[in-house]
Amino acid sequence: MTSIAKPPIRHPGLERNALGLTRRDYEGAMSTLCAGCGHDSVTAALVQALFEMSVTPHRVAKLSGIGCSSKTTAYFLRQAHGFNSVHGRMPSIATGVGAANRALTLVGVSGDGDSLSIGLGQLCHAIRRNVDMLYVLENNGVYGLTKGQFSASADVGSKAKRGEANLQQPMDPVLLALTLGATFVARGFSGDKEQLVPLLKAGLAHRGFALVDVVSPCVTFNDHEGSTKSYLSTRKRHRDVAPVDFVPLGREITASYGAGEALSVTMHDGSRVRFRKLADDYDPTDREAAYRHVSRAQAKGEVVTGLLYVQPGAPEMHALAGTVDEPLVDLPFEALCPGSAALDELMAELG
Amino acid sequence: MVPTDVTDPAYYHRVVDCQWACPAHTDVPEYIRLVAQGRHTEAYLLNRESNVFPGILGRTCDRPCEPACRRTRVDGKPVAICRLKRVAADHRGDVSAHLPTAPSLSNGRRIALVGAGPASLTVCNDLAPLGYACVVFEKLDRPGGLMRTNIPAFRLPPRVLDEEIAMITGMGVEMRYSTPVDSMRGLLDEGWDAVFVGSGAPKGKELDLPGRWDAPDRVHVGIQWLESVHFGHVDAVGPRVLIIGVGNTAMDCCRTAKRLGATEVRVMARRSRPHFKASAWELDDAQEEGVEIVENHAPRRFVLDGGRLVGMEFDRLAWSEGPDGRARSEVVETVLLPCDDVVLAIGQDNAFPWIERDVGIEFGEWDMPVVDRTTFQSSRPGVFFGGDAAWGPENIIWAVEHGHQAAISIHNHCRGLPLAERPAWGMNLGSARLGMHAWEYSNDYEPAPRTRMNHVDLVARFEALDTEVELGFTPEQTAREVERCLNCDIETHFGAELCIECDACIDVCPASCLTITQDVESEDALRARLTAPAVNLQQPMYVSAPLPQTLRVMVKDEDICIHCGLCAERCPTAAWDMQKFQLLISYAGRPACPSHASV
Repeated sequence: MTSIAKPPIRHPGLERNALGLTRRDYEGAMSTLCAGCGHDSVTAALVQALFEMSVTPHRVAKLSGIGCSSKTTAYFLRQAHGFNSVHGRMPSIATGVGAANRALTLVGVSGDGDSLSIGLGQLCHAIRRNVDMLYVLENNGVYGLTKGQFSASADVGSKAKRGEANLQQPMDPVLLALTLGATFVARGFSGDKEQLVPLLKAGLAHRGFALVDVVSPCVTFNDHEGSTKSYLSTRKRHRDVAPVDFVPLGREITASYGAGEALSVTMHDGSRVRFRKLADDYDPTDREAAYRHVSRAQAKGEVVTGLLYVQPGAPEMHALAGTVDEPLVDLPFEALCPGSAALDELMAELG
Repeated sequence: MVPTDVTDPAYYHRVVDCQWACPAHTDVPEYIRLVAQGRHTEAYLLNRESNVFPGILGRTCDRPCEPACRRTRVDGKPVAICRLKRVAADHRGDVSAHLPTAPSLSNGRRIALVGAGPASLTVCNDLAPLGYACVVFEKLDRPGGLMRTNIPAFRLPPRVLDEEIAMITGMGVEMRYSTPVDSMRGLLDEGWDAVFVGSGAPKGKELDLPGRWDAPDRVHVGIQWLESVHFGHVDAVGPRVLIIGVGNTAMDCCRTAKRLGATEVRVMARRSRPHFKASAWELDDAQEEGVEIVENHAPRRFVLDGGRLVGMEFDRLAWSEGPDGRARSEVVETVLLPCDDVVLAIGQDNAFPWIERDVGIEFGEWDMPVVDRTTFQSSRPGVFFGGDAAWGPENIIWAVEHGHQAAISIHNHCRGLPLAERPAWGMNLGSARLGMHAWEYSNDYEPAPRTRMNHVDLVARFEALDTEVELGFTPEQTAREVERCLNCDIETHFGAELCIECDACIDVCPASCLTITQDVESEDALRARLTAPAVNLQQPMYVSAPLPQTLRVMVKDEDICIHCGLCAERCPTAAWDMQKFQLLISYAGRPACPSHASV
């Protein structure tokens, strides 16, 4: 909490995007999370990414479930649509929103509890359907809202605030998504916006389900010595597979690279994701190699971050379902619901 | 970069723009908070500590603080600092019990002061409590100097002057009125321990154009004319008056002319408005009263008809930039403006006919005494200058600061200490935190625009020469205006060793003034990495020590920080804290740091 709302003044030198808006225009309500919460930094990174992409604020739907993470959709893009769903059910709501209005940009924000425990099945099926959305999983390894019990993503041996270690195997959303056939899998760290903002931008540009797992330390219940998801521990252990630049359509790359130093992946809209200096011949378009790299590093106690896997051409939900190009909400009622005569006709055909 | 040293009082002092800009370093944010709390007496006394004449300055100060005010950089208009000072002065209670007093025993030292203006009076204010016997020589029959004779009563009521001067003379200062000093040698022969010259710049500049002396009773020199009005020797003026010059004296002259019956008053300026010397608000006030400001007109000659002044001829100028980058003018046409009186307000000169040139006081360029910028001593030990007498016309607040500094020098001089040894300044810095999200100041941002001063209506104000035009703020106006102050003295104080680099402060800062970045060698390179580009390179940049986790540095561009405290509220480790900064200023006999040698 803060004693006051953020004053409306702005720095006179603030940059403006293609819509003439500043970063401040992408903000939302004041955060009521604990001071220093990683989630607030993720929110700021989302604000920055949406601003840099010149996303039209009222053409976004923000979706969330329950938990500290799920509060954060209130803290950015105050002009956007929003739906705060039942615990763990955000993927279904998002699927419905996407089905009804494919013209909206969908931004889902969830947490390790919301996505990996109560909502695990929901997450899996959203990945399977390849719903066109950015899915941010704010991952801190604890249930902060209920005072710090281990969550399903807590590492073995990580210590709770009172000293006891976690003994159960963790669930890694990145490995999970890779096995489920996700078409965009990335991991970031709330304390490193230089890396996180381009990841979120690439996720927004991706057509299909874009999972961005963000290690987002719980400053109140999981930022102590012995925790593997503290700021310090994450800083020490996180390894970026390759710094990523997001290059919007029509913008030249200003940095120069030597031959073989970089890999460029073109997204469906023509924008490109540029990997700088890939580690150990890492190939972000090879699912199996990605799985191997992440799981091996994990065994060594490292947290692999970056854009880990991307498959730009895969069909998303609407392509799979063969729906019309026009958003369903824009269709006239008669087209959506042709009436009992049409039903009878269909039944006769099937009969 | 080298981490910023915030233990040097100058760093945080500079963040308090108003206090930094004020020659006397008045603690503006603190007195505004006191006014906000209705503690007018305390606010008055705090002002008096540094600027000695809060009631006078609250009406007449040249306000170097206001153009410097951070609020200007945030919403375009400064806090009405000066008029809030007047609020404190108008509503204060009885301060007599809190004023400095002279000890019952003199320290045996006798100081002569020439002129009873703000500089001399400030020296008395500082030295009388230390036991010095101060004797002021004044050529007029009343004290105040130009504050009294040159600032019209409709801006500064005599009552306010009398009260504040009495606070000083009441300490047993001996005032010798109607006693002009006509020989420095004679004065020095009287054996004073020190002499202070605060006689001002009393000679108005002449304009020796053709016809100047053909109708001497219709062409007046501004400051002498204002003095004559003050003493009642002049109580009328013709219907059409031209004021030559566009400084603050010109503003007082044109408004006085309106009150003496003139109906058509024009202020004639050689250049265009951006080059005027008069303060913007004084120009506004004059225009409100129907005075016409005429730009780009240079006087050519006085025009007479049968020995009577009938007008003045001007060259209308067009200004352009010459090849050397300097402005140059071209005459477009010559115009004749009819008038009945002309008032010359084109500047003031110093005049020291009474100082013999062989008494050891060296005179330099423009026949001005050579005065040390730090010690205010002339080339003759024991003779000091201050106020307009030192380096030409300034304003009251500078005269006050000169007085403070000269008093320190005189105190050192009388004890045989080196004058260049100035007592150091200090600071107090303490957390302003009262609770989780409670501060000892009002940290919310008040979006209201600057409060406009209420004026007496345009009929009533001309009925008497001494009707004060400004009415002061109402309680409602005061309550709103105090909240516009950004509390720049509540400093954002950073402890690098506590930072966990969570970015919370950067994310919440409404002014985008914080950055965590790799340290680089030069300031320019660092400025290039800021969250928002630095638009004002005059403002300092804070650079922390390396942060524990990544060895990056926290950088703060001080430019438009609004001191809302959100960085400190969102900081999980209290690495950011809002801390109240108090500048400790040394005065004669009252050093800020008592260990200093020149105590």
